[in-house]
Order: sequence, then C-alpha cells, then structure tokens
Amino acid sequence: MAQTLLQVEDLHTQFFTSRGVVRAVDGVSLHIDVGETLGVVGESGCGKTMTALSILRLVPDPGKIVSGRILFRGNDVVKMGDEEIREFRGNDVAMIFQDPMTSLNPVTKVGRQIEEAMTAHQRFTPELARTRVIELLTRVRVPSAERRAKDYPHQFSGGMRQRAMIAMGLSNEPSLLIADEPTTALDVTVQAQIIQLMKQLNRELGTAMMLITHNMALVASLCQRVVVMYAGRVVEEGPVEQIFNSPQHPYTWSLLRSVPRVDEARKDRLVSIKGLPPDLSNPPPGCKFHPRCPFAVDRCKIEEPPLADVGPDQVARCWVLMRNVSDADVATAKASSISIAAAQNLKAPEGVGTSNSAGS
Amino acid sequence: MQTAPAAIGTVVKQDPVILRVQDVYKHFPIAGFGGLAVRAVDGVDLEIRRGEALGLVGESGCGKSTLARLITALLPVTQGKIIFEGQEITKMRGARLRRVRRKMQMIFQDPFASLDPRMTVGDIIQEPLDNYGVGSGSDRHKRVQELLRLVGLNPNFTNRYPHEFSGGQRQRIGIARALAVNPSFIVCDEAVSALDVSIQAQIINLLQDLQREFNLTYLFIAHDLAVVRHLSDRIAVMYLGKIVETAGRNDIYDHPQHPYTRALLSSIPVPDPVVERARAPILLKGEIPSPVNPPSGCRFHTRCPIARAPGICSEQEPPLEPHGEPDQRAACHFAGEK
Repeated sequence: MAQTLLQVEDLHTQFFTSRGVVRAVDGVSLHIDVGETLGVVGESGCGKTMTALSILRLVPDPGKIVSGRILFRGNDVVKMGDEEIREFRGNDVAMIFQDPMTSLNPVTKVGRQIEEAMTAHQRFTPELARTRVIELLTRVRVPSAERRAKDYPHQFSGGMRQRAMIAMGLSNEPSLLIADEPTTALDVTVQAQIIQLMKQLNRELGTAMMLITHNMALVASLCQRVVVMYAGRVVEEGPVEQIFNSPQHPYTWSLLRSVPRVDEARKDRLVSIKGLPPDLSNPPPGCKFHPRCPFAVDRCKIEEPPLADVGPDQVARCWVLMRNVSDADVATAKASSISIAAAQNLKAPEGVGTSNSAGS
Repeated sequence: MQTAPAAIGTVVKQDPVILRVQDVYKHFPIAGFGGLAVRAVDGVDLEIRRGEALGLVGESGCGKSTLARLITALLPVTQGKIIFEGQEITKMRGARLRRVRRKMQMIFQDPFASLDPRMTVGDIIQEPLDNYGVGSGSDRHKRVQELLRLVGLNPNFTNRYPHEFSGGQRQRIGIARALAVNPSFIVCDEAVSALDVSIQAQIINLLQDLQREFNLTYLFIAHDLAVVRHLSDRIAVMYLGKIVETAGRNDIYDHPQHPYTRALLSSIPVPDPVVERARAPILLKGEIPSPVNPPSGCRFHTRCPIARAPGICSEQEPPLEPHGEPDQRAACHFAGEK
C-alpha cells in the first residue's frame, strides 16, 4: 500500500458574494500518494483551481474554507497557524501557474528570485542557496544557466519562464508540486519540452504532482490517476487507463469525446455537451450534470447520486453509468447541431435578403 | 447601392481555386532601426480550393495571423499578389475592394474582444447587412433572427448585449455576423482556441455543419493540430514566415515530409494513456528564432534534428516542391528523411 501524502476530506470552499453563496468546492475528497501524479480535470469554473488554492490556504476573498479537512502527512492544513502554513507552503508544497510572466517579479533578476524562495524558508544557508540557483536552472534545462540567472524575466521566453517557475517551485525540495495549467500558454513544441521535464523531475526526484488541466491528452501523458470535477464536486475518479478506456460518468465520457485526436483520421462528429456549466450559487437539484446530460433519467433530476464503486479503484457519481447506455442513445448524443429550417430559409432565393444581387 | 458583379460570379464558378497567394511578403519596418524589419510573411505561395477547409498551422510568431490579414485585405502586402475569385485584390481600393470583401468574412479568436459591448446582438449581426445595404429594414431584421436560430441561439435575443452571453454563445454571435452577408470564404483565426473543451466541440460541429450546408470555403488558422486535422481537408504548415509543407490532412499526419512537421506532430500528446506511454516526442532544440533576422539557408536548420549545417541546409534555401504523396509539397533538402 502506497503511503498517502495528502488527503482531502469533504472539503467545502464557498464565496460569500452579494448574489449569494457560491459553492466553488462542494464536498471534495481526494488523496495523493507519495511520488504519485494525479490529474484533476474539468471545465473552467468546475472548482479545480479552488481546490488547489484551498490546499495551500490561498483562497482569495470573499472565499473561505467552510468545512473539511486537508491532511498533509497527517497534519490538518486547515487548522495550521500562520507560521506553520508559511513553512508548509514552499517547503512541503509548491504551486506553478498558467502564466509565468505574471507570477515572476519583473524588476528582479530570475536567479535572485529563485534564491529568495530559498532564503525565505531558511532551509538552506545563503551561500548554499546561491549555488543551488545554478543547479536548479540546469536541472530544469535552462541553457547557460549561470548567465541566464542574471537575466530579468522579460529577457526569458515563455517556455524559459515556465522552467524558471518550476525551478523556483522545486527549490525547497517540496514533496508535492501543484501545477495549474502549466503548459496552456505555451506553443506545442515548447509544451512537449515542459511535459518531458515534468516527467523527468517526477522520476528523478520523486516529487508527487497534482496536475490541474482541461487537457485530457496532458493527463494521459503525465498522470497515473485522474479526478474529474464538475460543479464543485468529484464526479469520477480512477486509474488513468480505466478512466480513458471505460469512463462511466457521462461527463467524463463527453469530455473524452469532445476533443479530436491528432493520431486518428476524422471518423466521427465530436460529442458536444449542450448548454453551459451551472451557476454555482444556484445549482440544479439532483445530479448537477443532469440538465446537460444526454442520458439523464427521471431520478437524476431529483436525487443526487453518491460517488459509488464502478470498477477496481474507480468511482463515479451517476445513476445511469455509461455501460448501461445503448448505442442508439450514444448516436443521438452526436446528432447535428444546426437548425436545418433556418439554413433552408437563409438559402431560399425568396428568402430574406439572401441572393447575391439583393440590393436597395 | 450594392450589386454583386454577377458576370464574375458565373465565370469563376469553373475555377476550382478560390484564392491564390503568389509570392507574398509582409515586412513591418522597425522604427529607428533603419532598414531592419520584422519579416512576418516572407515569400508565401498558397492555394485554397473552392469548398475545402485549409488548415494553417504553426507556432506563435510564425506569421499565420499576418497572412490571414493579408488575405482578407485588412493589411496591405509589401510585395506579391493575392487573387480571390479571379480578381487581384492586392491592387484594389475603395468600392471594388468592399465588394470583394463581402465574400470573405472573418471569425476571431477572442469572443470577448471582437464584439462591441455597447451594441445589441441584433445590431452587431445586422451591421454588415446595413453596410452593404442588403434588403429592407424588416428583411434585415428577419434575417438576423434566422441567423441567430441557425447558430443555435434564441431568435428573440436581438435586444440583448454581448455581456449577457457566455464565451461559446458570443462565438456563435461572431459566426452569425460573419454569415450575414452570404460570404463564400471564411477565415477562422483561432476561432475555438479560447473556448472550454465542451464548448469548443459545439463550435467545431457548428462550423462543419455550416460548411456542408452553405458550401463554404474555410481557411482555418490554429495552433491546435488535433482540431485542425479534424476540421481541414488540407493542411499547410508555416515556420518563420514561410510555408514548409502542404498536404492532405491524412497524408501530412501519416507521412510528414518536413522535419518540422514531424516534430510538431510528435509534440502533441494524445488522449490515450497506452499510446502516450509508447510515444517518444521529437524534442526540438530551443525556440522559434526572431523573424527580424531569420537564419540563413533553411530557416529551420538551427533547430532541425537532421540538418547538415554547416552545409547545404545553412547555405541554400530549399524550395517548396512535390515530395511524398500526390498533392504533397515540402521545403526541405532532405524531405522524407528521419
């Protein structure tokens, strides 16, 4: 049995706004083992970033962790005092963000910023911190690290900045690295370099990783286990192969079939999920996904399903489950989306202002 | 007064090529650096066939958006010819250009920035109809409603403002606006990249349905090669202001001839953990060089895994020539080699 590094139990993070209470994280439980890579996926607004910020106790105002426990090696992060939480951030857990430019200080040299991250936590002597800067930059494969350490962030390209951010995140040898959309802002060839780097770091240093992303391909490439979130809740969880091969929640299934694959010729329409994610200050009754779900039954509208076992190590929150959906229903879910009637009206020669020679 | 040149419409029906880009350059001079210029588009030849979707891919800074703006005559070319439906648009001005432009519309990346927040959705979609004086007032209003219905929005939403809509809905409004004046050619510049995955699929399906229904020609610009493969019939790969390879969508993925295409394709992760475990991406060294001072010879030689440099690759610029499958062209001295 692998050793649990982080255990989140029934976490509720809410935002108290003038429009009401927004339940951004609504009873999330998840765990990460030592050295493991966990992917957290879902659309924007599903609560994945707020879960990460809650783990670091960095929820912005007017948000608050309302209830739940976040156990890191058995210590509850929610109950930590100021000094303890400072030690926890950076020393035990580090986070890297999507946009490396806004996370770096533009008027301080890159090397100096990495050094500061270390001296702030007093884990290394100032002398050691200075030499480690070059080591770290070399480790994240910044070429001519010694010279580049003296550059300012604007002299770095996007990919190099993300490397510098990763170097900073790793500077205090954390046992968990939380990466929030780390490659979304980067070009594909650079993205491949960063993915490769994160894989190597996980292998070489044994740093556990929580990868937050909407990109299923990235999860397939980097993660061992996946948590799928929808409307502030975990809707499915399991080992990456199982989730990709036999997703049981219709949301997971739709997410996987809504993106085209570069390695396959076009054979099928993409599955599009109708409508929009719900307003988290006023979520629908029953299953939160039922208004968008092509396979919903009456029970889904009234009663919210529990997170139940659907396979070895796999849980899903659904009354129906994809294995019970007929092929015919799947075909309907892929049906045409345009209004044929409107198209005919627009094309008809006597239609409104359509012909090329229409003029006034 | 607005009448489309009917004669031309009938003549060019025969021409299978709707748009020809011939040796086009666009250099942006850098003020204060006498003579220096950003060579955004640096000698591009390209054909788009009627009814096809051509995907244009490349990393940021490769010049693909500049090329789109040249093609739609939003920017003047520095040198070269662009011929749309048999007419050279690079020399056109005023009313003649306006007439041609009606046939080519654009859909932009950011649905938040491309709609005027102070105009109602009805006015936004009706604006091109007003500009071109299409039909009477009530005709236009009816047409706006049909367009909204076509893209899957409630036709009674004409009095709402863009901020009342989500990103995906705004992109639908942008599409309705582009379709308002019956264009034959639509440039989609990263039209789905800013959208969430489930919404992205809605818009991709919508674009495909519209193409089939109205026989549209698309130039589809994107950095997401998976989306491009799904949407396009043919694909052109651009690197530092030049086209390095063009081919049918499956040929380019099955037998890429240019090492940049190969690297680009191999860098894209696939949503399948089993495939991912076996896949070894070709990692390119460094990042795209500056378009102010592109490398000598083949522009890709500084990052190319098979370049002979110093040698032919750093000395001679390879032309875009047939290699591999029929209808496939690549600009590489060692095309097809691994």
